[in-house]
Amino acid sequence: MVRKVKADPKGVLEGPHFMDGDHALAEGALAAGCRFFAGYPITPSTETAERFAERCPEVGGLFIQMEDEIASVTALIGGAWGGQKVMTVTSGPGMSLMLENIGLACMTETPMVIANVQRGGPSTGLPTLTAQQDMMQARWGSHGDYRVIALAPDSPQECFDLAIEAFNLAETYRVPVLIMTDETVGHMHEKVVIPPASEIEVVERNWYTGPKDQYKPFKFGAENYMPGPMVKIGDGYRFHITGLVHDERGYPQASVEAGKINITHLIEKIDSNRDKIVRFEADQLDGAEVVVVSYGITSRIAIKAVMDARKEGIKTGNFRMITCWPFPEKQIREIASKVKAIVVPEINYGQMVLEVERMAAGKCKVISVNSTGGAVHDPNEILAAIKEGRS
Amino acid sequence: MNVNANANFAQDNPMSQFLRMERMPHIWCPGCGIGTVVTAFAEAVKKSGLDLDKIAIVSGIGCTGRTAGYVKLDSFHSTHGRAIPLATGLKLANPEMKVVVFSGDGDLTSIGGNHFIHAARRNMDITVVCVNNFTYGMTGGQMTPTTPHTANASTTPYGNYEYPFSLPFLADACGATYIARWTSLHARQISGSIKEALNHKGFSFVEVIAPCTTLYQRRNRLGDGLDALEYYQNDAEIAHGLDTRQVDIDYQGKIKVGKFVEKQKPTYLDNVNQHYAQVIGDEYELYGKTTPEKEAEAKAKAESAAKGAV
Repeated sequence: MVRKVKADPKGVLEGPHFMDGDHALAEGALAAGCRFFAGYPITPSTETAERFAERCPEVGGLFIQMEDEIASVTALIGGAWGGQKVMTVTSGPGMSLMLENIGLACMTETPMVIANVQRGGPSTGLPTLTAQQDMMQARWGSHGDYRVIALAPDSPQECFDLAIEAFNLAETYRVPVLIMTDETVGHMHEKVVIPPASEIEVVERNWYTGPKDQYKPFKFGAENYMPGPMVKIGDGYRFHITGLVHDERGYPQASVEAGKINITHLIEKIDSNRDKIVRFEADQLDGAEVVVVSYGITSRIAIKAVMDARKEGIKTGNFRMITCWPFPEKQIREIASKVKAIVVPEINYGQMVLEVERMAAGKCKVISVNSTGGAVHDPNEILAAIKEGRS
Repeated sequence: MNVNANANFAQDNPMSQFLRMERMPHIWCPGCGIGTVVTAFAEAVKKSGLDLDKIAIVSGIGCTGRTAGYVKLDSFHSTHGRAIPLATGLKLANPEMKVVVFSGDGDLTSIGGNHFIHAARRNMDITVVCVNNFTYGMTGGQMTPTTPHTANASTTPYGNYEYPFSLPFLADACGATYIARWTSLHARQISGSIKEALNHKGFSFVEVIAPCTTLYQRRNRLGDGLDALEYYQNDAEIAHGLDTRQVDIDYQGKIKVGKFVEKQKPTYLDNVNQHYAQVIGDEYELYGKTTPEKEAEAKAKAESAAKGAV
């Protein structure tokens, strides 16, 4: 059951602002009703934590700087079952540390939002320079089979908007939602318009209201595998949750059959609802010879190449993924069946392009315009790929 | 074995209100000390008069880490070493709760050591019960940070050449405001200390030295559970208020037990509120404090939710 309410005006800093993406993430979280933030400093994401720390006493929230990223994300699990909407922010190395307990959040179906302001890797890499190198990590990084949702904002305004969306998705599907932004968007100052609270819709937690002795923290195999309602600690349900494979009561069950039911649920609650979750922007796909598929900051560069190509008479479509995970499979498959080539620029050595290739399945050329990270593309590199695709 | 007799026993068990009897039998070995500590904890909770609905228990991974799954409270079986940060999140999101971490020495002080020292430093208002059996039981008897020097473990098959942590000293140095240690022989004292810890405001730590008969006792040819209790009886010395620098445990040596530390200091949340109230002034609304308005709001919300539940 998804219940939408208007945002609490207390957390909404209504009006036009000149703000960077990191700060916009914090404002979006506050507008969505997040009042608990546990984090650890890491470039280039720290500004989000700083903003939250500054705003907390004004809005009745709590910020805690934990001892590391492992503690930060684990504290969110406690915070969420304590009844709060919760968030943290990090970058590559911190993301690597968080992954085990993102798995625990997936397993315990705990709603939370984690923003990854991506920087160049691997290891300490390029701390102050941009990248999109953690896209596959976001999808596969924790061990075992599971699903998360990942969004990719391309502007400070969209950091604000998608932070709210991320909380709404997290509550709807009881899943960690990752905001996969990058150093450029994170540190770029632009106009961010925060609408009045009355125009912001937030999804309330699906609270259980039935008899106390009948509560089960999990519900497997419902229609579209939608998760069951939650309760919070202290309300007398005396529930149990575990990272082990479990039944609907949350009790560990070490059997093949229990694993099948539990894991299928975790996967299907996202996969079965893919059409409802996936968001994208598409422009001039009809009759296109080449389509550029991009996300995050790279889509801001790609648009220049697309416009240049059109000026040169190449019918070029533009497809911007707003949701990266679950992947817009149906849309890319359809594009691949109609065009000569799909061009995929990314600030990495080729990650989301692998999914595009999988969907294209040889029906069209797929051209990766990759980079080792550190800077956005030169639009001419993308233009050259568009021309190569058309030929 | 007569299964029906067991079922009756389960129903008649004086702890049945407190335990998830449907999950019995538990996984612990005969002679293991963990069950004694769980029973002492149950006694402590009963005697404390606390509302069972307002106590949450968090465990990590390992034999002691299974405790959360057996105790009929809001209970969380987290990942290895991460019980304390999860407990921190619970406490901060819902400060009216008593949050208890119940885990083992390897979980709390090796992989979870960083969280232990920082929760103590912050004087986070949680209770940590550590069952210290000097070994990783679940994985088969490896060395932990508390394994005494020279003791045999499966990863120190020629004897342990490392120095162990003295946990009361560690907790004290980091800022814990209540510290006690007992052995699993001291069932009533454990219960008394856990009760005090539950009522203590701030980071409280109760260490219980307990036998792992299957691994630590056997590997070191120390006999069974009864032999361990005999050792505790002969070599545990009650020394309330003893300087924590003097409570090291040598291999099969004297074990100093008692309440070593009890002091008052503002907790993490006390400091949050006091500090903000001071620097921001009257505009600051205290975090996590229930006001009559908030209570009325919560009541109205609960009532409307109950109506919607039909």
